Amino acid sequence: MSFTHTLVHGEQESFKPDTLTPMQKLVLRFVVVGLVYYGIVVIEGMIMRLYEIAPIPTVDTQQFFAIMTAHPLVGIFGSTYSIIFGAFLFLVPFLMKKPLWSIPLGNWTCGLLAVGTFTFWFAGFLSEYAPLYTLYWPLPADFTQFSVWGGIFFIVGIALVMVGTAFFVVNIFKTISYTPQGWDRQPAGALIASALGISGLQALFSKNKREHLVSLPVAAIARGTVDTALNAGIILFTGVLILVYMVAAVLGHDLRHSAVDALLYKNWFWWGLDLIADGLVLIFVAGTWYLLATLITGKKLYMENFARAALFVELVVSWTVWSHHLMSDQAQPGILKTVSGEMVTAFELITQGLAFFITLVTLWSARPLKMTHPLKFLLGGLLGFALAVPAGIMQADLGLNRILHNTQWIIGPHVHVAVLVGLTMTLYATIYLLFPIVTNGAKLYSEKLAVFHFWAHLLGGIGMGAFMGMAGLHGMLRRSLYVNGEFSGYMILAGLSGALLLFAFLAFFYNIVMSLGLKGVFEIFTPSKLDTTDPVPAS
Amino acid sequence: MTDSTTVLWGQTLAYTLYVLAIMAVMGWFAMRVTQDGEQKGIKPVYFYAFVSFLVVLAVSLHFITYYTIPWKSMDMHRATITPDKVFDISVAAHKFKLPADILQISCADKVLFNVTSGDLTYGFGLFRDDHSMLFQMQVVPGHRNDILWQFDKAGVYTIRSTEYSGPAGVDTILKDAVVVSCEKRS
Repeated sequence: MSFTHTLVHGEQESFKPDTLTPMQKLVLRFVVVGLVYYGIVVIEGMIMRLYEIAPIPTVDTQQFFAIMTAHPLVGIFGSTYSIIFGAFLFLVPFLMKKPLWSIPLGNWTCGLLAVGTFTFWFAGFLSEYAPLYTLYWPLPADFTQFSVWGGIFFIVGIALVMVGTAFFVVNIFKTISYTPQGWDRQPAGALIASALGISGLQALFSKNKREHLVSLPVAAIARGTVDTALNAGIILFTGVLILVYMVAAVLGHDLRHSAVDALLYKNWFWWGLDLIADGLVLIFVAGTWYLLATLITGKKLYMENFARAALFVELVVSWTVWSHHLMSDQAQPGILKTVSGEMVTAFELITQGLAFFITLVTLWSARPLKMTHPLKFLLGGLLGFALAVPAGIMQADLGLNRILHNTQWIIGPHVHVAVLVGLTMTLYATIYLLFPIVTNGAKLYSEKLAVFHFWAHLLGGIGMGAFMGMAGLHGMLRRSLYVNGEFSGYMILAGLSGALLLFAFLAFFYNIVMSLGLKGVFEIFTPSKLDTTDPVPAS
Repeated sequence: MTDSTTVLWGQTLAYTLYVLAIMAVMGWFAMRVTQDGEQKGIKPVYFYAFVSFLVVLAVSLHFITYYTIPWKSMDMHRATITPDKVFDISVAAHKFKLPADILQISCADKVLFNVTSGDLTYGFGLFRDDHSMLFQMQVVPGHRNDILWQFDKAGVYTIRSTEYSGPAGVDTILKDAVVVSCEKRS
């Protein structure tokens, strides 16, 4: 078969979009959106990597920081949210063997994530709005440095993403609890209680042990979704607050910045943001590990009740952990620094360590396993968190934070290794596992490209984090610029590692496009010809 | 007082050893999980032992650093310590304003840096000639931002904002603004 034929029709024409259910099309739309935005994030990342080696003449400082502002937000909302939401909107009905509550609402979520992300990305690109994602008050409302209109469109874009997120939250909880047409009445309250872990907690103190109404992966999705909902509320509220200042500025009024306490704002903001960073990411990831381990092995999860309890503890931890971001804020009360910042944060080592151990033992119990792509990427994801979580625990110490805060250590070995190696490789494992299920058995174009994807991504991610970390230990700050080559040695090595990540993504993207064909990719976005609410076609 | 370079050296060593160990474990696991073996589970005692190990590790880290990193306990109790010297510093419009052109400090002095911001959130950090960091703190507008530090070595330090305050903030730097001398006092 010619290259052009495969490019247009896919590998051996094995992908047949006409056979896809509306649910399969929904999840594939999310994945396409997520991968396109991941591509943008990788390109942005490479621009910044090059800029850290030597400033690029065509990119001025303000544009550099505008890219840095959009980069994590496009990564989290445009890419990760899209892939996770798509996967979970498919998996919850798939695992519960009942239809999604609303497929149109799922499509709205996908559209709002795509449009919202493009809106804030484009607003940032055009206006160079650059207060960074941390938005430390009153920086986002400092109109001597940033365009008011750029900021307004930026915030509107974020708000659209949050509305899409709210739709996802509603869809997940309604799917868990509703009674589909023609079914016996479902115990909605008991299902929600089981999903949130309330009935599991009661069972700990009861002699009558009852079966859990929802499976562990669904429970993990539900608990992570609680944090997703709280986070959406915090970000929407913060956006409205900033918008008030922006609209006032447009109308010619200069509102006093001191009306908002900068430290209180910082606490509020980090409480909300940590619901993503230390809440839903860790809970969703642990849940995905458990799901992958049971699907790969076909065995029951090791120590399942402990895994459920750990997810519940992680949810509580995620609500009380934010202060580790304020350990260098001297006005922050000491009790918050030690209890929330040090001690509660240390619990993440325990909860994530448990998830790591349980997943490995579950895999071990099914030896010998074939080293498939999902297993390979799952092990990569486990390694990523095994590297990144201890790095985070170290910096969440009052002594070490004094010399690590805001250095490249934070953003390298902790954030990028957690996100790129831990989270993204877990997502890739899910994509490789779900690929034949959601495409009705489409063939992967190249096994060799998938192997290259794995090694280039793993080595690139760990390498980039390591060299950024070494620069950080030698004093290189994040969110800053060094234009005289102070850290160029480390930055060149980090740049080369970043290039590996770029090549890994290109190999993966090419492999997927060649597997589905361009025609197939476009047909994902046309309405399904099947009138069914089932996740996959009836065999 | 133990220098931050020593602490960072210890951290680098500990973390590097851990990274090598966990990568070796994962490599070994990836190899063995594809080989034939007994399909029996792991005894729960290993699970409980692992959980106990994590609990001990997580809690003990902060106690160990409390007793080994000198600035940690000093920072937590700084309100009760009388400094040998106090410098009141302000920052606004991306510029630091010092009480003198050069801040002169004698060895072994406990110095309190009290920094206030007139507009945005900044950082306040001291850096050596090789760009490595001695310490830093955040400078939040409308709040007291103070740090107590004991200098044991002679040196010249650059003050640099360690928090992003907009693109103009990358130049919020005062080169060689702090001088620590270790000559004997008369």
